[in-house]
Amino acid sequence: MIGQIAFTLLVVITFGIGYKKYSQLRRNILLGRDEDISGDSGARFKNLLLIAFGQKKMFKRLLPAVLHFFIYVAFLLTQVELLEIFIDGFTGSHRFFRPYLGGIYTLTISLIEILSVLALIATVIFLARRNLFKIPRFHMDEMTGWPKIDGNLILYGEIILVTCIFTMNSADEAIHLVEGKGSYGFAISQFIGPLLTNVYTDFLVMLERIGWWGHIMMVFAFILYLPFSKHLHILLAFPNVYFSRLQPAGEMENMPMIMNEVKSMMGLPVEGMDENADANMDEIPQFGASDVFGLSWKNIMDAYSCTECGRCTTNCPANITGKKLSPRKVMMDVRDRAEEIGAKLDANDTRCIKPELKAKTQTLTKDNFDDGKNLFDYITKEEIHACTTCNACVEACPVTINPLDIILQLRRHEILDLAEGPAEWTPMFTSIENSGAVWQVPDDRDKWVTDLLEKEDQA
Amino acid sequence: MTKLKIETMAEMAAKGAEPEILFWVGCAGSFDARAQKVTVAFTKILNATNTQFAILGKEESCTGDPARRAGNEFVFQMTALQNIETLNTYGVKKIVTTCPHCFNILKNEYPALGGNYEVIHHTQFLQALIDEGKIKLQGGGAFKGKKITYHDSCYLGRSNNIYEAPRKILEQLDSDLVEMKRCKSKGLCCGAGGAQMFKEDEPGDKRINIERIEEAIDTKADIVAANCPFCLTMLSDGVKAKEQQENVMVYDLAELIVQNNNL
Ligand code: SF4
Ligand code: SF4
Repeated sequence: MIGQIAFTLLVVITFGIGYKKYSQLRRNILLGRDEDISGDSGARFKNLLLIAFGQKKMFKRLLPAVLHFFIYVAFLLTQVELLEIFIDGFTGSHRFFRPYLGGIYTLTISLIEILSVLALIATVIFLARRNLFKIPRFHMDEMTGWPKIDGNLILYGEIILVTCIFTMNSADEAIHLVEGKGSYGFAISQFIGPLLTNVYTDFLVMLERIGWWGHIMMVFAFILYLPFSKHLHILLAFPNVYFSRLQPAGEMENMPMIMNEVKSMMGLPVEGMDENADANMDEIPQFGASDVFGLSWKNIMDAYSCTECGRCTTNCPANITGKKLSPRKVMMDVRDRAEEIGAKLDANDTRCIKPELKAKTQTLTKDNFDDGKNLFDYITKEEIHACTTCNACVEACPVTINPLDIILQLRRHEILDLAEGPAEWTPMFTSIENSGAVWQVPDDRDKWVTDLLEKEDQA
Repeated sequence: MTKLKIETMAEMAAKGAEPEILFWVGCAGSFDARAQKVTVAFTKILNATNTQFAILGKEESCTGDPARRAGNEFVFQMTALQNIETLNTYGVKKIVTTCPHCFNILKNEYPALGGNYEVIHHTQFLQALIDEGKIKLQGGGAFKGKKITYHDSCYLGRSNNIYEAPRKILEQLDSDLVEMKRCKSKGLCCGAGGAQMFKEDEPGDKRINIERIEEAIDTKADIVAANCPFCLTMLSDGVKAKEQQENVMVYDLAELIVQNNNL
């Protein structure tokens, strides 16, 4: 009875805190502007199945893919067991599903046990890869401090979790044997259980409880830990893949406002132009993005889904050749900035209300937010100038994150709003504008034809 | 050899004729000495296969790719809308281009501005000509047994998922196609895209084209085949920097076909 009350209390507390934290997360993602991501749900489901569930893009590198797959399947299957833990926790039953499922139950728990061992092996190898072997992508500038600790913490957590599962099942097996009820027949604990039958039964019961509580407490801790961690991807990877863009990777988003402006300058008909358009223009529109507010919500979801694996960065031609740009860092910066804004909103830090609106309100919202900082305090211009728009980062990302899209929006802001950017680009812009060619050349565009025909005549 | 025939859309329209395709030459193809050779090679192939084509000539403008990718949407919109006006006035339906940047932007980004055309990259077009039997590549020609490595441009490869058509052409040249360590969807950029062509590299250890050409040289290939005028420049510069001009040649696929068939 005390157990049931304690469990219920724990659930209420976890879900209470969790609800708050995950609402903040949702709010932070929605700091971004709207982006219509509708259409072709068939193609989206296909991506969801292949890339998220099937982990297709992980399999570009076999070893980490296989190891990661063990942990992933173990995670998925453990959800079944978790359901039972909840029922047992609330009702005080023990292995609630067993009488109903019989052989299937034995099979499921056996599978979980086998996968847990595989996951444990994978975890140990991952820890070694991160800390003993100098795999460059885990040791770049952006991977110090919290990201480094975070990467290890979860692996230690995984080891504790698996240990709890085996403590629970093995002690339970031993009790079952001592009580003369025979073996549960679970794949691995049936071999550990018999080794424990000499131990006092009271102690076994305690051991089983420690395993059970340890297991569920790790799960609760995990739920609350995720929003602070790169491991949020275990939840967000699914919606993130589902909502990822379906257009060809080379396609850049159009800017209808500028298109219409130029059209009317050129005397071309502008579709859907409303008469009062100018009246709405008293606030100068922002072009591109200088902060997360200017990015799309999908860009921010991308940032929260990032696993910090660094596949993007190790494939980035700029990074490979020693430039400062790292697409992974771009994603981490966007997340950090969204977190910073979120924290200020939660604290209702009224110092961050736009000065001209301070008289009107005492509530800080995303619409009156101005803390004097923006994304350029995190991402330098040198970084975004180094991008060749090669799409290697987009191609490499196992959870279909698009760092390039963010880089291009920052460039748009720099050029269109700040009128800055590499000075060497200016002649190219002027040349296109004045002569319709990227280079300032005195020749006609079809001079090659006259040259060619002349040469032929001479021949 | 019959005389080359290159007509403009304006000339054709005056005759009341309509070409099968519009050949979009692009800035590099029009003005850059190295890329002009590719333009000429492709023109020769079009002539040899009796393809009815036209160019826009003086009426063609930059597609706006480097301006847009640098972030300058205004300049892009101006030049793009101008081009679309021209193309739509002539009622152009099908465009072939030798530049993957022009290809990508015409195909994927002009529709949102009101320019809807069937856009084909010349490597796809060449592959189709071979399939239809309009170009017969004599096996055992100049490239028989030559080691050729193929450099995927980002804008044809990852941006538009075209990896096979160019490789098929190389196979039909009877050449020995060797792949670089990073190829197809993992291919390494030449360093020119995203308007990098028009500025110095940001500070770093190395230029991207050097990294790429080293990889190409590692394959011991005699020829590096490309499909993009900017890759051509970058890779050729890389060869020069490595002083490998004697051993490694950089060609566009159209040039290889012209050489093979003595067009
Ligand atoms: S698109 Fe830009 S950031 Fe991404 S890999 Fe290429 S150069 Fe790096
Ligand atoms: S953006 Fe994708 S590839 Fe890059 S670190 Fe994050 S998850 Fe890995």
